[in-house]
Amino acid sequence: MSSDPVMTAEGLRKNYGRVVAMDGVDFDLRAGEVLAVIGDNGAGKSTLIKALSGAVMPDSGTITMDGREVRIANTKAARALGIETVYQDLALSPSLSITENIFMGRELRKGGVMGSVLRMLDQERMNRAAWDELRELGLMTIQDIRQPVETLSGGQRQGVAVARAAAFGSKVIILDEPTAALGVKESRQVLQIIRDIRDRGISIILISHSMPHVFDVADRIHVHRLGRRLCVLDPAQCSPADAVGYMTGAIEFQPG
Amino acid sequence: MADEAPQTKTSSTGAEGFAQFARRRRGASERAIYFIHTHPAIIPLAVLTASIVVFGLVLGARFFSPFTLTLVMQQVMIVGIVAIAQTLVILTAGIDLSVGAIMVCSSVVMGQCTFRYGLPPEISIVIGLAFGTACGLVSGILVAIVRLPPFIVTLGMWQIVLAANFLYSRNETIRSQDIAEQAPILQYFGRDIQIGGAVFTYGVIAMLILAAIVHYLLTRTAWGRHVYAVGDDPRAAELAGVRARHILLTVYAGSGLICGFAGWALIGRLGSVSPTAGQLTNIETITAVVIGGTSLFGGRGSVIGSLFGALIVGVFSMGLRMAGADPQWTYLLIGVLIIVAVGFDHLVRRAAA
Repeated sequence: MSSDPVMTAEGLRKNYGRVVAMDGVDFDLRAGEVLAVIGDNGAGKSTLIKALSGAVMPDSGTITMDGREVRIANTKAARALGIETVYQDLALSPSLSITENIFMGRELRKGGVMGSVLRMLDQERMNRAAWDELRELGLMTIQDIRQPVETLSGGQRQGVAVARAAAFGSKVIILDEPTAALGVKESRQVLQIIRDIRDRGISIILISHSMPHVFDVADRIHVHRLGRRLCVLDPAQCSPADAVGYMTGAIEFQPG
Repeated sequence: MADEAPQTKTSSTGAEGFAQFARRRRGASERAIYFIHTHPAIIPLAVLTASIVVFGLVLGARFFSPFTLTLVMQQVMIVGIVAIAQTLVILTAGIDLSVGAIMVCSSVVMGQCTFRYGLPPEISIVIGLAFGTACGLVSGILVAIVRLPPFIVTLGMWQIVLAANFLYSRNETIRSQDIAEQAPILQYFGRDIQIGGAVFTYGVIAMLILAAIVHYLLTRTAWGRHVYAVGDDPRAAELAGVRARHILLTVYAGSGLICGFAGWALIGRLGSVSPTAGQLTNIETITAVVIGGTSLFGGRGSVIGSLFGALIVGVFSMGLRMAGADPQWTYLLIGVLIIVAVGFDHLVRRAAA
C-alpha cells in the first residue's frame, strides 16, 4: 500500500468554553488504507472526526487534502472534497427505497426537456447505478433495489449507507462505529465491505470501540488521548491489550 | 512509531461465503405489508371499491348510476382539492389546521377585490392565489425557520385568518346573481360537461388534474422524494444533503397556493362568495388524508390515497342518505374508519421497524 498522505492535519485546536476538545491534534491518512481511530470516551476523537467531516470548524490548525490546504466549512464542502461520512445512526430514510437513499440529495434527472423543464428523475439510471454499486460491494442478494430501506436487516442497511458513501467517487470515507449495533455475522459482513472499499483505493477512517474489529481490518491505528494523537500503532506489531493500555493511559507511550 | 505494515489482514479473497447477505424468506403477511408499503393507495382504493359495490347492491341503480357517482365527486371536490394540500403538509410530519380558513379567506379576497375595489376578476383571482400562498408561507417560515410545532402554528393561523376573513368581509355574502352578471370567471369551476348521465364540473376535473400534477411532483422529481425524506427523518435528510428548510417552506407555501385555488373552486361550487363556508374543511381534509392511508408521522402516503379517502367519505354520506339513514351514522362510520386507518398505519410501521 502506498504511503502518500491523502489527508493530513496539523495542530488542530478546538475549545468549547473552558473545555479543550482538541489540543493540537496531528493526523495523517494515507492512500488506500484503513486507519482506525481509537480513544477513550472524552478523548476528543469525535471532535477530530467532526473537524474532518465538516461538522465542526477547528479554532486553529490546518487540514490538507492531496497536499493542498483546505477549509472544510460544512459537510457539503467536505463532500465536494471527496470526504463522505457514514454516521453511527446511518442517516437513511427508512420508508424510501435503496436507490432513493443512495441518491438522496444527488438525484439524476432525465436528459432533454423531461429533465430540465419537468424535472423528471431518471429512475432507471439511478436503479442501475445503485445496483452496480451494491453488487461491487457483495450485496447482491438484496432482492429489489426499490424496496424500502426499513425492510432490510441492520447489516444490509449499513451496507447501503456505505454504498452511498462509496458511490460518488469519494477519496475518504469516515465510518463512525459501523459495527456498534450489529451482531457477529453482520459485523463480519461490514468489515468485509470495508476491505472491499479499501481495495478500490479509497482511504477509510474507522472509528470503533471494538478492538477485535479494529485489529481485523485496520492498517494503522491512530490512538487518541487527552485531546491529541498519542501515537500510531501497527496492528501487526502490538496486541489489542497494548492498544487499550495506550488509549487509557495504563501504559506510558515511549516514542521511538 | 510503528509504520509501514504491508501485513495482509484476513484476506479479502474467498469472501463470497459471508459477504453475501442471507436471503430473507418472506412470509405471506410480510409480503402483504411490503406491498402495502410500496403501494400506499391500494387499501383506500379497495375500501372505496367495496363501499361502492355494497351501496350499489343495496340501493341498486339509484345509487349505481353515472349521475349519482359523479354527484359524489362534485360533493367531495372542495375537500379533495384541499386534501391534496393537507397531504403535502402531513407527508412532512406536519399538520395544517388553517387550510379551510385560508381557502375561505382567499375566496373572499377574490370577491372583494372584484366587487369592492372594482378590479378585473382575473386580477382578483391572482391576488387571491397570492394571498393563499402568502398565508402558507408565513406558516412555513414559522415551522421551518423559527421551528415552532406545525400544530400550534397552524392552530394560530386558523384563528387569525378566520377572524381576518370575517372582519374583512364584514360578514357579507356576495350574491351568486351578481357574480354571474359581473364576474362569471369567478364561477368558472361550477361549469360542467355532461356525458350521458354523468356530470363533470370543471372543479372535479381540476381536482383530478391537480392530483395528477402533485402526484407527479411527489413521485417523479427530486423535490418530491425530499418531501418524503424530510417527513421520514429530517436530520437524516439534512445529513444526506437535502435542504430540509427549503423543502418545508415550499410545502407550506404550495399548500397555501392550493388552498387559494380551492377558494376559487369554492365560488364555483357555491355560486356565491360566503365567508361562513368551509368551517369544517380542515377536519374533513385530515379525515380524507388519514383514511387515504397517509401516515400522520410523515414520510408515507400519497395524494391519490387522499383523493380516495375523500371519495370514501363522499360515498358513505351519499349512500347512507339514500338509504334513509340518520346522517349521524355517516359520522359514526367515518369515525370508525379513521381509527381503523390509523391503527393499520401503526401496524404497518411497527412491522417495518
